[in-house]
Amino acid sequence: MSLTPEQVRRVAHLARIEISDAEVQTTLGHLNGIFALIEAMQAVDTKGIEPMAHAQDVAQRLRADHATEPNQREAFQAVAPETEAGLYLVPKVIE
Amino acid sequence: MSMNNWEVVIGIETHAQLSTQSKIFSGASTAFGAEPNTQACAVDLALPGVLPVLNRGAVDCAIKFGLAIGAEVAAKSVFARKNYFYPDLPKGYQISQFELPVVVGGKLTIQVGQGENLREKTVNLTRAHLEEDAGKSLHEDFHGKSGIDLNRAGTPLLEIVTEPDMRSSAEAVAYARALHALVRWIGICDGNMQEGSFRCDANVSVRRPGQPLGTRREIKNLNSFRFMQQAIDYEVQWQIAEIEDGRAIQQATVLFDPDTGETRMMRSKEDAHDYRYFPDPDLLPLIISPDWIERTRKTMPELPEAKKQRFVADYGLSAYDAAALTGSLEIADFYEATVSAAGKPSAKPCANWVMVDLAARLNKDDKEFGQSPVSAKQLGGLVARIADNTISNNIAKKVFEALWNGEGSSADEIIEKQGLKQITDTGAIEALIDEVLAANAAMVAEFKAGKEKAFNALVGQAMKATKGKANPQQVNELLKKKLA
Repeated sequence: MSLTPEQVRRVAHLARIEISDAEVQTTLGHLNGIFALIEAMQAVDTKGIEPMAHAQDVAQRLRADHATEPNQREAFQAVAPETEAGLYLVPKVIE
Repeated sequence: MSMNNWEVVIGIETHAQLSTQSKIFSGASTAFGAEPNTQACAVDLALPGVLPVLNRGAVDCAIKFGLAIGAEVAAKSVFARKNYFYPDLPKGYQISQFELPVVVGGKLTIQVGQGENLREKTVNLTRAHLEEDAGKSLHEDFHGKSGIDLNRAGTPLLEIVTEPDMRSSAEAVAYARALHALVRWIGICDGNMQEGSFRCDANVSVRRPGQPLGTRREIKNLNSFRFMQQAIDYEVQWQIAEIEDGRAIQQATVLFDPDTGETRMMRSKEDAHDYRYFPDPDLLPLIISPDWIERTRKTMPELPEAKKQRFVADYGLSAYDAAALTGSLEIADFYEATVSAAGKPSAKPCANWVMVDLAARLNKDDKEFGQSPVSAKQLGGLVARIADNTISNNIAKKVFEALWNGEGSSADEIIEKQGLKQITDTGAIEALIDEVLAANAAMVAEFKAGKEKAFNALVGQAMKATKGKANPQQVNELLKKKLA
């Protein structure tokens, strides 16, 4: 399987990465290289093997349901580009 | 245009906010209504280097829900990243579950219609999965910018998905109500729709009966049962009109506008999100042992369906009354406490007092059962005094009103203080009747001349003389005897 330049542009758009025509070509080469690796791996017979969701075969650790985090708004907002009335301000977005 | 020969198909997705103290992957508080961003910690803000740690309480809620709907609680489920960009989602992805959800299958019994048209239906559930909520974007005027409040970011949600089993807006609303009652019943969600704790999306399509499913449109964020009904009704009419006019339905996401009563398109299939789900490498699979499930089962209250059947068997209630009294855990508990105060033989009158008199009075003052000024113990005490003939039903209504207004701490106290005790002493009633007869000689003469109406007037006079405290039947009999 190999990608088309259009698919590369779509993936870049979904990732919100601006990409020039020249970069589309280089990225296409890189991604196709990754696909070649995947194809090589797919040659391995995995019949009867349950897919793993994580590289480590261990269970998720859990925490007790207690509110433990204090309010640190001032510290967090001190490094924010813009805030007002306790809110983080961002370029206007309306879906 | 007509609804004839069209079948409506509806599936519902619900986001239930879980009643935990802290967020699903961080230790920040989930309390509602705090100052903006005071409950958003480094994990919720997605600061570099933070890692999510799953909240056991959120998993407990999912297990309870799975048990309540007879579903399979997955021994192993996996968290996945749902990728999209929006400023109130700081990580650039929402942690959700995709291929392996925590709850699989299950069903919910719903009651559709009223009175004689009441019928039961089973709605099959597809799945329920754990996920985190996003923050809130405020688009008011911040000099052309949007304000972001991340207090809600990371709040635990259970997304509950049905099969496309509902066939009308009434069924959809009945399902939403039953689910709303259930999540509150088992204590996993407060169900507060104004605060967004329980929000529904409805997938709606129409087809000719027997044909394959039509193309669906999804109505997003229905936060009241009334809006759900209106939105689906409008959407169904719109889709039928489109098809009958020869236009095909395009898959889309729509929003309901309560002001116009219409649905309007938010995004088409072309703009649909491509979420690129993949397992979250920051989280290991969630393993739920059979032991954990059994321990949880032991903490669960008796479920609505089981309670309903017990009310029919133990208290001799009709299926309709039992269903109404198990509409919520609050009502059911109130009813049982009332019966326990009044005595089991009074179970049926207790049902009437709770469902009719008390419910109407609460409704009038816009109050919930939990806010009733008359306690179950007080109401039971009142019903007990009707049962032992201390007061008549009519006087009981007076005593109820007095209890409601706080004129006494118990029915007995009010009956005593206001002298409402029913007069059962035959001699006393006879004396009063004699007075009435003496004072109304004209009426007596009329009756004797054959005017039946005069008898009723005399009963009225006699009841008045007893200030309503005599048993009307007894007065009737005594009067008949005297006039014979």
